[in-house]
Amino acid sequence: MGRSLAQVLRDDLGFTGTKVACGEGHCGACTVQLDGVPTLSCITLVHTVGDREVTTIEGLRDHRLIHAFVRTDAVQCGFCTPGQVVSAAALVAANPSPSKDEIQHAMSGNLCRCGTYPKIEEAIRTWQD
Amino acid sequence: MARLIRTEKEVEGRYEEVWIVVDEDALDRWPAGPLTTVGQRVPRVDGLARARGQALFTADLQLPGMLHTAVLRSPYARARVISIDLEPARSAFGVRAVIGPADLDQLTDEPGYVGHAVAAVAADTFGQAQAAAERIVVEWDVLEPLLDADEAVRQESFVSDVANYERGDFERGLGGADVVVEAEYRTQVVVHNSLETHQAVCHWEDDGITIYISTQYIWGIRASMADHLGLPPDKVRVICHAMGGGFGAKNSPGDYTPIAAELAKRTARPVRCALTRREENVAAGNRNATIQRLTAAATTDGTLVALGGDFVNAVGYSGWSATTEGPMKMLYACDNVRTTQYPAKLNLPPMAAFRAPGFVEGTFGLECLLDELAVKLGIDPLELRRMNYADSDRTDDRPFSSKNLAECYRRAEPHWAKRDEVRARSRGPWKHGIGLASQIWYGGGGPPSYAWIRVGSDGRAQVVTAMQDIGTGTRTAMAQIAAEELGIPLDHVQVSLGDSARGPFASISAGSSTVPSMGPAVRSAAADAKRQIIEIAAQRFHLEERVLDLRDGQIVSTDGGSWPLTEVTGLLESGQILGQGARGPNPAGMQVLTFGVQVAEVAVDVETGEVRVDKIVAIHDVGRVINALGAESQVEGGIIQGIGHTLSEERIDDPATGSILSRTLDAYRMPTIADVPEIVSELVDIPDEHLTNLGSKGLGEPPIIPVAAAIANAIRDATGAEIRSLPITREEMLRALREAEAREKERRGAAAAV
Ligand code: FES
Ligand code: FES
Repeated sequence: MGRSLAQVLRDDLGFTGTKVACGEGHCGACTVQLDGVPTLSCITLVHTVGDREVTTIEGLRDHRLIHAFVRTDAVQCGFCTPGQVVSAAALVAANPSPSKDEIQHAMSGNLCRCGTYPKIEEAIRTWQD
Repeated sequence: MARLIRTEKEVEGRYEEVWIVVDEDALDRWPAGPLTTVGQRVPRVDGLARARGQALFTADLQLPGMLHTAVLRSPYARARVISIDLEPARSAFGVRAVIGPADLDQLTDEPGYVGHAVAAVAADTFGQAQAAAERIVVEWDVLEPLLDADEAVRQESFVSDVANYERGDFERGLGGADVVVEAEYRTQVVVHNSLETHQAVCHWEDDGITIYISTQYIWGIRASMADHLGLPPDKVRVICHAMGGGFGAKNSPGDYTPIAAELAKRTARPVRCALTRREENVAAGNRNATIQRLTAAATTDGTLVALGGDFVNAVGYSGWSATTEGPMKMLYACDNVRTTQYPAKLNLPPMAAFRAPGFVEGTFGLECLLDELAVKLGIDPLELRRMNYADSDRTDDRPFSSKNLAECYRRAEPHWAKRDEVRARSRGPWKHGIGLASQIWYGGGGPPSYAWIRVGSDGRAQVVTAMQDIGTGTRTAMAQIAAEELGIPLDHVQVSLGDSARGPFASISAGSSTVPSMGPAVRSAAADAKRQIIEIAAQRFHLEERVLDLRDGQIVSTDGGSWPLTEVTGLLESGQILGQGARGPNPAGMQVLTFGVQVAEVAVDVETGEVRVDKIVAIHDVGRVINALGAESQVEGGIIQGIGHTLSEERIDDPATGSILSRTLDAYRMPTIADVPEIVSELVDIPDEHLTNLGSKGLGEPPIIPVAAAIANAIRDATGAEIRSLPITREEMLRALREAEAREKERRGAAAAV
């Protein structure tokens, strides 16, 4: 049976920063980057990754976005946060000063039940401060 | 001195009388407003670990040899197991243990709702457990379920007693009214859907058990699992370092913890039982649906002369019946109030507390009806609320320990005054309007709760208490309180929590009680340590204690002397100053409540029924604010959940079978970042001078309470349409618009006939 990238990262490699909240592609908690492209690792079979580079939250540990998330309080329970940061990092890499609409478009696949959305928007708007 | 007192304890609006031993709570009051760190905007002390994915959630725990569980849940809302064959599962690959109804109370052979646990399998991997569970053969006798709440009331199928209440004389009040409005409101089932699903890992060691669990109440899990397992409580260790959201659904062990404990016992291995997202949408608790048939009556001068309601809570198969009638009884100074609350028992999944249970639903009904009354009376809705302001708790005439709702109303005025401006934005089919709703709720917390603190020779402090941080910023708030009292920098305080074996008893994180229950205990522990430091300093510097104080990491004397704190603590080498503190009692004879008002601006497309929330202004009175930044996040989070409750979220049940049709985060529609309006939040920040050494109340729940009514009232303002049920789907919006149009036609016809 094929294993998902999320399973391999979390269970085999111990990179538990990547969270699984639904396991079926609906919430964004498991977002990683494949060659810089945000990808849902829970519905990505690991054998399809090929030689693409996988970037997880562990690899973005010192990204300025992390500090922006903390400074603006875009972290409540923190279960969605790694996925949010990974999505946001891909956004700002392509577009360092995204508009409100661009932020909403890029981030609307990452659910946050605690409702940190206004702070996430602020974190992404001010990540270079 | 320890004192034994008899006191009322409130959680989520439910009261019980208890004996409690309290220590004295006699510290000077801090001045109102922001202090050195308390009241400031402080980023979370554990924010970095959470953002980096390094915080340890139960979901992340991997123990050597750990097994995984799949639970077989009933596909029928009401059925009997005629026979069950577990053998095919037992012989499946990777399986270590299988249990059925005969093995555990939490597994049933007479399921009463879809999702009721019937059997469970532990295997090396979750996939193996799932595959094995599917091999279990059950022969069912499928019975007719009871799914309609009104029918349950007719059949007297209840989870508890029907609750009747009357003050004054409702009928008499009604008789003397000039204007009467009546309406039926309905609210839907919504699901917490915390991003970390309900889960526990159980591990038997020596003669006791360690339970890692995503929970809001470490000590409650310890007590109920000790009881369930027949163990002394100190043989049950409960650990929760970080947890991914609860919102009321994670106060108890559920079925998954006893299942994991049993399987761990049988296999002598650590066992994880984690609900899948689909199970989470079925069997993890929910905010129950309600039906509210309400009456409000007033005289032409706006005095409320009667309020009444029949409230049907569709509780589900089990659970407790929240006080949906609470706002009607408590929010206004009406002399004649009569309510009846029916706790309907149904073949639907059990309710669990969800962020201000009962009051979210009851406020929607009451505050919508009040606006209908205002329209009929021709009185401004804000004015009508002021005219009926309650100066004491009208259910028992107790004074409020503090109430600054009038101040909230005052601060709402500039936003409310924009009504004409907002309406004038209407263009084509898009109609704009503005609405408001008030909020009343508990949030005073209470004893017991304890904290320890230790200050080392380096002058750094560690707060130790066995509480949980459910994502609300508890660690940060407790660190701020300790730093403020000790007069040391915030980054010199560390907070250690999350483990029942490390630290004293701490309260539940529910009912907006964490800060008001725990905060005073932490302050009093810090004060105890500070007192000892000053005693030592006085001896060291040959000064009187009363001239000494701690400030900015320095010991200071009134005559201008100043020494680094470490000059005294450094004397200790490996020694430590140990402080301990307890939560004092709530003020006797007083009602401790939180208040607020929200103003919503909406736009409605009257052709398609689309509703857009443009802005919500939230003004709440919760006493002293500890962390202005974290508080703002709580307000925003509550409002966003409220918007989901109002506009999009609904568990869809099959009315014929009781099956749950919305089991994924695709089918169950929670707000995304694109659904968030402009949110303005303001906290009155006046300490409650009767409540504890902090004067702080809780803030987790208040912000979600008035959202639905404020939005529905703004819709009426924009369109004249009267919303009757949640969520406000396009169908409901268009129905309300058609009804408003018919009413208007009738009115014009009647006017023409005259
Ligand atoms: S866990 Fe992958 S999208 Fe939800
Ligand atoms: S911070 Fe809790 S789900 Fe986003």
